[in-house]
Amino acid sequence: MEELVKVGMADLKAARHPSKLTTLGLGSCVGIALYDKTTKIIGLAHIMLPSSRIATVVTNRAKFADTAIVDLVDDMVNLGANRKYIIAKIAGGAQMFAFTPNSEIMRIGSRNIEATRLILAELKIPIASEDVGGNYGRTIAISSEDGMLMVKTIGSGIKYI
Amino acid sequence: MVALDFNTLNSFHLDVLREIGNIGAGNAATALAKILDKRVDMKVPQVRVMDFSEISDMLGGAETQVVGILLGVEGDISGNMMFILDLQSAQLLVNFLMGRPSKTDLDYDEITLSALKEIGNILAGSYLSALSNLTNLTIKSTVPGLAIDMAGAILSVPAIEFGKTSDFALYIENEFTDGLNSVIGNLFLIPDNDSCSRLLLALGVA
Repeated sequence: MEELVKVGMADLKAARHPSKLTTLGLGSCVGIALYDKTTKIIGLAHIMLPSSRIATVVTNRAKFADTAIVDLVDDMVNLGANRKYIIAKIAGGAQMFAFTPNSEIMRIGSRNIEATRLILAELKIPIASEDVGGNYGRTIAISSEDGMLMVKTIGSGIKYI
Repeated sequence: MVALDFNTLNSFHLDVLREIGNIGAGNAATALAKILDKRVDMKVPQVRVMDFSEISDMLGGAETQVVGILLGVEGDISGNMMFILDLQSAQLLVNFLMGRPSKTDLDYDEITLSALKEIGNILAGSYLSALSNLTNLTIKSTVPGLAIDMAGAILSVPAIEFGKTSDFALYIENEFTDGLNSVIGNLFLIPDNDSCSRLLLALGVA
């Protein structure tokens, strides 16, 4: 039985086979799951904000889509992953509240999704599947066995993408 | 205004922030007791300066389904207020307001949702007016938004604002209980980074 390792908000982890990485209660944040099927190495990042350029000091690179994805790929390569075979599955980026005071907070989910897509494209990592947007929270888990991403919501239960 | 560095918050600062929670939530608890026509107790407020990874587990698990009511705070300070109820408490509160038997199942229709938002409005309003009187600052709340979903997903919304300037988030938490010691809900004041120092300054703490 592989161990289930938790990735927190503004956090990222890479792991060798056999393993399973999970992140709980994604709201407007985006979870980026990476998989290299040739080595079965997996990675998972839970980002809060689109770009590190808005920050004056970046002390936690896992917080931002741009820096987190680059670091996650590096961590996977360091474990032996093959950069050119890495694929991505993404989930999250919801708008949890229909009326929020500050329009910026309201749009943060979609901005996180946009930024994630952009960075993945720059790194030439294809997005194999995604479950993004909406107005509900998600828990996700990626397995090194087959690279399937489990997506769990309160409204519609569990599915694999 | 220099943003507050959470690393330099000392125990005196925390005491002052806790007192803010006491006064604000004391007023809110009184308002809630009037609505419910029964005693409402509150626990000693907690000032939580948290790493982002801790936030989602704050209310007994990131995946626990809760009702979250979010209001913006504006005026001389800015940030958010959030009232979180478990489903059972939401049911009790709404049924009480509607004059229905307490076990009546809630179908989260328009009326139920606006009743819940109104409760959030009243609590936030009374909290902030106490805070406003105390500090002489103008503080108002905006129209509430509501979500019924995973606690982690709901609590992360105000945290994102902190992410831009800091690696920590500050939540002033109050837990309300009824006379039988069952939890009614948790009320959070989440001032943004600048507002936290502004609040301390208004109270004469530099």
